[in-house]
Amino acid sequence: MTRKQRRFALIAGGVAVLAVAVGLVLNALNDSIVFFNSPTDVVEKKVQTGTRLRIGGLVAPGSVVRGDDLNVRFQVTDGNNTIGVAYKGILPDLFREGQGVIAEGVLDTGGVKADSVLAKHDEKYMPREVADALKKQGHWQSDYDKGQAGAPAPGPQSSAERPAATATGAATR
Amino acid sequence: MIPELGHYALVLALALALAQAIVPLIGVKTGDPTLIAVAKPTALAQLLFVGLSFAALTASYVVSDFSVENVTQNSHSAMPLVYKITSVWGNHEGSMLLWVLILAMFGAALAVLGRNVPAALHAAVLSVQAIVATAFYLFILLTSNPFARLPQPPFEGRDLNPILQDIGLAIHPPLLYVGYVGFSVTFSFAAAALLIGRIDAAWARWVRPWTLVAWIFLTLGIAMGSYWAYYELGWGGWWFWDPVENASLMPWLAGTALLHSALVMEKREALKVWTILLAILTFSLSLIGTFLVRSGVLTSVHSFATDPARGVFILGILVVFIGGSLTLFAWRAPMLRQGGLFAPVSREGSLVFNNLFLTTACATVFVGTLYPLALEALTGAKISVGAPFFNMTFGPLMVPVMIAVPFGPLLAWKRGDLLGVAQRLLVAAAIALLALVATFALKGGSVVAPLGIGLAVFVIMGAATDLAERIGLFRMPVGTVLRRAVGLPRSAWGTAVAHAGLGVMLLGIVGESQWNIERIAAMKAGDVATVGRYELVFDGLDQREGPNFRELAVRFSVREGGIKIATLSPAKRAFTHREMATTEAALMRHGFSQLYVSLGDLNPDGSVAVRAYDKPLVLLIWIGTLVMSIGGALSLSDRRLRVGAPRPSKAKLGLQPAE
Repeated sequence: MTRKQRRFALIAGGVAVLAVAVGLVLNALNDSIVFFNSPTDVVEKKVQTGTRLRIGGLVAPGSVVRGDDLNVRFQVTDGNNTIGVAYKGILPDLFREGQGVIAEGVLDTGGVKADSVLAKHDEKYMPREVADALKKQGHWQSDYDKGQAGAPAPGPQSSAERPAATATGAATR
Repeated sequence: MIPELGHYALVLALALALAQAIVPLIGVKTGDPTLIAVAKPTALAQLLFVGLSFAALTASYVVSDFSVENVTQNSHSAMPLVYKITSVWGNHEGSMLLWVLILAMFGAALAVLGRNVPAALHAAVLSVQAIVATAFYLFILLTSNPFARLPQPPFEGRDLNPILQDIGLAIHPPLLYVGYVGFSVTFSFAAAALLIGRIDAAWARWVRPWTLVAWIFLTLGIAMGSYWAYYELGWGGWWFWDPVENASLMPWLAGTALLHSALVMEKREALKVWTILLAILTFSLSLIGTFLVRSGVLTSVHSFATDPARGVFILGILVVFIGGSLTLFAWRAPMLRQGGLFAPVSREGSLVFNNLFLTTACATVFVGTLYPLALEALTGAKISVGAPFFNMTFGPLMVPVMIAVPFGPLLAWKRGDLLGVAQRLLVAAAIALLALVATFALKGGSVVAPLGIGLAVFVIMGAATDLAERIGLFRMPVGTVLRRAVGLPRSAWGTAVAHAGLGVMLLGIVGESQWNIERIAAMKAGDVATVGRYELVFDGLDQREGPNFRELAVRFSVREGGIKIATLSPAKRAFTHREMATTEAALMRHGFSQLYVSLGDLNPDGSVAVRAYDKPLVLLIWIGTLVMSIGGALSLSDRRLRVGAPRPSKAKLGLQPAE
């Protein structure tokens, strides 16, 4: 092969690999991304049932009902709208009424059937998405900001904002 | 007094860095040896003053000087000494100080160890290194001063984040930082070579040991962080595709590619431009990692108090260094001479293949990590890109790399014989096939696990084949084999060991992800839960008071086949001071597998939520990365790298432009 042909082979190979990668990325983006919504978003945008989403807001005080076998139900509110969440599994260490929470799952007629619930590791700390959603609804209290002053540091490699892997999650795995 | 001394020492280090950045470069341009000679002593003095500064902050932590704001925010007088010391970098300001300390260490090491490097290049490298240091000193002094005092010191500190009160904090960040910062040396070499306008095989030989050091530490740092997250967070996961993890994986992928392309450049003088670009990209990704983690753009354990000034400053550093170096690259790279020729099927070709896939995989991680940020900035829509995305993109791209790994080292330089190599790998492939069939027969289920195990065994056996071929195992008398084994260059051992480590890690990943058994239950005293082959018996519950926490601990007996084999006591700690809870998982090792038990909430009816996992082969993930690092270290100890490159012959020197 001449120098030109070799270079062409090299470039063609590179382009082919890149094309495959782009295909994989587009395909994965289509299938696996999840949009964040506040309860108001869900109501206003009329999100279809059966859609997979992340819902974020505050755990409505007094709404947590624990059933048998680690089943739990609670309401997520952004002050204007409220949506129910059903979950089976262990809630994160910092899950508490009145605190920020993000639940990921499928929207059902009665609310969200969550397969993971995230809460932040520092209880004064708000998940950023939740803080933004609350600001939009005019229910932001500025003292949440102060809590961030003593915020944490280079911790274990991943955030403590772990999804609680659940029984339903395990079943689908 | 001590904090002020530390602050002042840092200012002096900045002044030294400025001198080191400017003076030697002028010397290189004007050819003045006196100015060039400035680089070495300033690099050493920088280390001295940054070291003093770091020691001053450490001293403030050790004596619990709560008049220093940083100490108040992150320490407590009752903490054990080791955590007082690790707290120094358990916060934003201190971690940046550790960053510049390691940078100064690399600068000083470069000054001392770079004897083989021509004086002009050496001085230019130290200059670029000092430019990087200057930016970070300014960042610390202007936006994140760790020595700031409080007008009214409190009586007691606010304690260190409980998640960080762990030996992991002593190990993970320093290892990771040595990795990140180590790539600054390669970056400086690349920028200096572009500035001077000359680059050859010797350049690759000088750069490779530094790349190897950075790579070894980054590998260990990522693995340590993964294990820490695994046992500390209580979710039983070892990799979450969290943006912060991705931030460390991207420089690792680019750095691994760099390690391989520098090999081609060293041996065959080819891929020069590409290697320079990779050197720039790898450090750029390290900087982006720092930016992602430090700026608060991403929310995670690692993101600190979000001060917009810091974010803007780091963004500025990114723009200057990445933009500047890429501009320099675009301007000077076309002047570099073309390197040696090679056929697509050859050792060089296989290394190009490796580079192509590693950088593409790196790009997909980059897209997955930054796409949500870009989308939010452009449209306001908030999305999360999680593990499924990366499993669908990164995973498929890694498969060809794994299949190719055993072929690479067996191919000849310049023009290889693919068929011949395939024949030599027949035994390895047969063993892999056997492992595949055996896995399928024993475990059944989906074909993913057997295929994965087969691939992992192929990679390991491929590395063994490479060694066997080189020392003539089974082909020559024992004495000759031994002599050849002893005479084999350490770098050849290093390659085989590192590649085998990759296979071992893959074994662990396949085992953990395919055969992991998870059991979640609310349990009371006397309850029994079955997890895989084990029975977990709830013996009792203790509530204890620790020094600064309350602890709920559960005693479990583990039974296998009705026989008690161990007791486990996972706990959940509530830290009163920071109103935080941590999960203390209990682990039982059996072979390379682990039984993992952690606790959830105490329910009103007295039952405790229990999460238990049987994780087959999980330890191989970290053992594999350790083996990879050992391979790197073996390669680093190769005599040829220590002795340095042969000087270019005089005749050749005469033909070089005198730039």
